[in-house]
Amino acid sequence: MKIRVENLSKRFGSFVAVNNVSFEVDSGSLVALLGPSGSGKSTILRILAGLESADSGRVWFDDEEATHAHARSRGIGFVFQHYALFRHLTVGDNVAFGLDVRNVPKDVSAKRASELLQLVGLGGLEHRYPAQLSGGQRQRVALARALAPEPKLLLLDEPFGAVDAKVREELRQWLRRLHDEVGVTSIFVTHDQDEAFAVSDRVLVIHQGGLEQSGTPTEILDEPATEFVASFVGEVNVFSSVVEDGKAMVGELHAPLRGEHTEGPVRLVIRSYDLKFWRDDQGVATVERVVTLGDRVRIHAVLDGAGPIVAQFPRRSSLLKGIESGSRIAVEVTSARTYPVEAGHAQV
Amino acid sequence: MQRAEVELLRMTPVPAAAVLPSVSKRRTVAGQLTLAAIVLVYLGVILLAPIVALVVETAEVGFGPALEAVMTPDALSALTRSMLLVVIALAVNTVVGTLGAVVIVRHRFPGRRLLSALFDLPLAVSPVMIGLGFLLLVGRDGVFEPALVTLGLKVVFSFPGLVIGTLFVTLPYTVREIAYVLEEIGTSEEEAAVTLGASPFQTFFRVTLPNIRLALGYGLLMTAARTLGEFGAVLVLGGSISGQTQTATTFIHDAIEERHLAGAYGMAMVLAVVSVALLLVLEFAKSRRQPATAGKAGT
Repeated sequence: MKIRVENLSKRFGSFVAVNNVSFEVDSGSLVALLGPSGSGKSTILRILAGLESADSGRVWFDDEEATHAHARSRGIGFVFQHYALFRHLTVGDNVAFGLDVRNVPKDVSAKRASELLQLVGLGGLEHRYPAQLSGGQRQRVALARALAPEPKLLLLDEPFGAVDAKVREELRQWLRRLHDEVGVTSIFVTHDQDEAFAVSDRVLVIHQGGLEQSGTPTEILDEPATEFVASFVGEVNVFSSVVEDGKAMVGELHAPLRGEHTEGPVRLVIRSYDLKFWRDDQGVATVERVVTLGDRVRIHAVLDGAGPIVAQFPRRSSLLKGIESGSRIAVEVTSARTYPVEAGHAQV
Repeated sequence: MQRAEVELLRMTPVPAAAVLPSVSKRRTVAGQLTLAAIVLVYLGVILLAPIVALVVETAEVGFGPALEAVMTPDALSALTRSMLLVVIALAVNTVVGTLGAVVIVRHRFPGRRLLSALFDLPLAVSPVMIGLGFLLLVGRDGVFEPALVTLGLKVVFSFPGLVIGTLFVTLPYTVREIAYVLEEIGTSEEEAAVTLGASPFQTFFRVTLPNIRLALGYGLLMTAARTLGEFGAVLVLGGSISGQTQTATTFIHDAIEERHLAGAYGMAMVLAVVSVALLLVLEFAKSRRQPATAGKAGT
């Protein structure tokens, strides 16, 4: 099912949770709503589910308007962050619930529940109670339950937020495979950029109730549309800078810019992996700290006249030779982006 | 950064035994035993001693005569009346308690907190005082007296008066128990049911009600116990007229006044047995509740 959202807005008292958001989701795709907590992404999901009503704006499911449709008649499946399994029902009855309330014969619904539990890798656990399962298992039961009535749209609210890091990684890959197998249009909410990029076809970045950017993971990573997106996805350095002759000046550092650029004050965003450091006693920065992160090394340095700057390198990189805490280094920017200065940012 | 935090959390807990020297550990155990002993002695004096005294006194009078005294028409009528009040209180509080709790927890409206506080009022206010208040409303020269006379209804010093007094004092129990559980479990299971296509009716009976079932049972047990034990409200509103508005408790009171000790002890024993039975049911329900809420088992 194709989803279209037009000019959605929602307030809670004086707090603007969703601010004029419009987007489309292609039928059969898996889309992530990515944003920091409190950005309004969960509210958007709950409005799509009919659990919350929008103050203004419209929601279309295919070519039918669903703005005012009741949650129970929307044909959606919803997966909650904390599972929300019915604690008094067995796993099998939980999964069959959506069929039982539609008066599907008991033997048919039980059979379908068993098939779905098989699909999510929990075959044979029909008679357990939710309290007897691990967090990862419970979330898979919740997913099977949401899929049982064959929803046209699957909505997942921080689905892996409550399980530990290792299980989360497994569940992500498993969700992607399951989506490819079942093919139902799915939207999930996450504050974890790795999760959004690893799993989804498209990512919608939400910030302060508004849609900052929508695109494929690669587009979001390579062409961040706003300073917020650029600094939210990945580790970045943000400087106040001035563009002269196609170069952004930060202290002694000149960052070359590609394409068209307006001269004057800008915000300069440099990813930690778009920098080169090497030992040079006549350099422009001083190393403060070298941190080893598994196969990578992060270097914290202070750029003369501009402040802290962070870069990451492969651990075996030849550039690291002679770099240690206190050494002077040369800095080269291989790629950088500039964004207009917004009101409120102090000029340096 | 997140990973670093997780690592840190894993490292912080320090085994208590490794830090505390074993001497102070032993001292703690001794302290705990002393505390437990104090609590037990206190409970013994305040709870068990009167019950034992009652049994001993009844034995002195003789269980036979005590039982006979309870089988008299007046005593049986008082006992039946108390049981009827229990049935009515249970039926009314099942509905009022469930609906009241759902309203004060799930609904949002101005005055919600006030309503919630009102449900607690009977816990704070003496039933005798409220009985008096009702008397002023529906008793002789009361505001509603003309209307009641026209309708031919007699409330004060009649069975309806007993019902009103009982419903007043038992109001908080089911509401409190259920409201607490509703607050605890939150709305996500109900929301899940709705997204799965359940109607409000199905959501209530298949999801909400099973979750509050035990709380309702708790509340009803306490309602029953309170109804059997209530004295002040039923005395003020009922007047303890033998064969008409006398209940088990007012029967005991009147029997003592009349030095009819066999009747007093006999009725007290009957109430004690029923109370213990209710307590046992409560404990049984508690032990049943454990496995459902206990944490993960295996896997």
